[in-house]
Amino acid sequence: MYIDIDELAKEFGTSRALHPVSLSIPAGALVALLGPSGSGKTTLLRILGGLEFPTSGRVLFDGKDATGMSVQERRAGFVFQHYALFRHMTVFENIAFGLRARKRRERPGEAEIGRRVNRLLDLIRLPNIGGRYPSQLSGGQRQRVALARALAIEPRMLLLDEPFGALDAKVRKELRQGLREIHDTTGLTTIFVTHDQEEAMELADLVVVMSMGRIEQIGKPADIRSRPSSDFVRAFTAA
Amino acid sequence: MADIPVQAFTPVTTEHRHFRAVLIGISVFFMVILLFAPLATIFATALSDGWKAAAEGISSPDALSAIRLTLTVAAIAVPLNIIFGIAAAWAIAKFDFRGKAFLITLIDLPFSVSPVVAGLALVLLFGSHGAFGTWLIAHDLKIVFAFPGILLATLFITFPFVARELIPVMIEQGRAEEEAALTLGASGWRVFRSVTLPNIRWALLYGVLLANARAMGEFGAVAVISGKIRGETTTMPIMIEMLYNEYLSVAAFSLASLLAALALVTLALKSLLEWRFAGQLAATRRH
Repeated sequence: MYIDIDELAKEFGTSRALHPVSLSIPAGALVALLGPSGSGKTTLLRILGGLEFPTSGRVLFDGKDATGMSVQERRAGFVFQHYALFRHMTVFENIAFGLRARKRRERPGEAEIGRRVNRLLDLIRLPNIGGRYPSQLSGGQRQRVALARALAIEPRMLLLDEPFGALDAKVRKELRQGLREIHDTTGLTTIFVTHDQEEAMELADLVVVMSMGRIEQIGKPADIRSRPSSDFVRAFTAA
Repeated sequence: MADIPVQAFTPVTTEHRHFRAVLIGISVFFMVILLFAPLATIFATALSDGWKAAAEGISSPDALSAIRLTLTVAAIAVPLNIIFGIAAAWAIAKFDFRGKAFLITLIDLPFSVSPVVAGLALVLLFGSHGAFGTWLIAHDLKIVFAFPGILLATLFITFPFVARELIPVMIEQGRAEEEAALTLGASGWRVFRSVTLPNIRWALLYGVLLANARAMGEFGAVAVISGKIRGETTTMPIMIEMLYNEYLSVAAFSLASLLAALALVTLALKSLLEWRFAGQLAATRRH
């Protein structure tokens, strides 16, 4: 699915989180929204996922206006910063949640749910943890379960908010590779938010550098490195 | 010098043995004076003329009517407060809106207002000379000195319990899990039922137990609005006071024992549930 963001702006009371921004994301791209805190990158991601609504501007999915579309209708696989796993459910039930939440006639049978959950557990390389609770998992495992849960709904796109933010350097490297592989096998348009320029440069096909609610530059990692469009981008990506 | 290695292995938070003994002693002393002694006295006085006299004390028609009234009021007030408490806590914890601080203060109001004042306020509002008095008389509705008044007073007094238990828990848990459920396609009702409610159920249980204990035990506000009509508008606490004032101490104390026993049963129930679901409780609190 390709995404067009057209003059999107967001105000919270009197403060502007997002100045009108425009951006086109090709189908199947792996995009990083890179910027310091307060740059509006998470706000933009949440608007795409349907968790916030813009003050003005439009969002188009595959060319169709999706600005007012409800969060449920969007079918965006969303991975939250601290994973937001359902703490009172097992890993299996966490992943199955989206399937069970479907309307009766679209809901797969119990056997099919089991098959799909196990396939996802294999995909994240944690085949034997279905019976555990989130509190019994390490940070890296939780992140992967959150990813599997988001993938279970057969999403149209994958949105990740600081997916590696709370992890140590070694686990981070592994999971980066894991996300790349999952992106390549599913072919899903994937957008992730990060403040880590190394992560953005290494993982993404397309990097969107943001600052103070504005897009500073859009480009391939190599282009941003070699031809930064402003002093801010130069300073931020050199860090 | 010989005990230095021993010292090295004691945790830093451990106080000196004597100090510990003093702390425990103080707590036990107050527990005995303030909790066990009065409770024991109630039961002992109730049984001072034997089991038969005690049983008669709680099986007189007036006492039975008081028991019935108290249980009915609690059975209506507690569910209503569950609904209100969840709604208020949900609004306060999950949304930002103008007047939020004011709403929190308002929820606490019944704690800061004396129950007698609350009862009087209701009498003034709904009594025959009150603001709604003529309207109520015209429509033949009795609130003051009748069941609806007692229920209103109890609702007012038990207003904060559920909400106050839930608000900190819901604020601490934030909105992320609910948002996650929404992105997975769940409807609002499903999010509430399968994500919010399981996460707050323990706080909700505590709130319900506290509200229930208070609903059964409330005296001041109910005493003012009920008019203390024997066999009609006397709840258990009021009946106890009336019997006591009439020097019928065995009857008074046996009814008091029953009321205390009801409270003990709720406590026991709570402990039982905690013990039964200890693992689950720990799992939801960690994370």
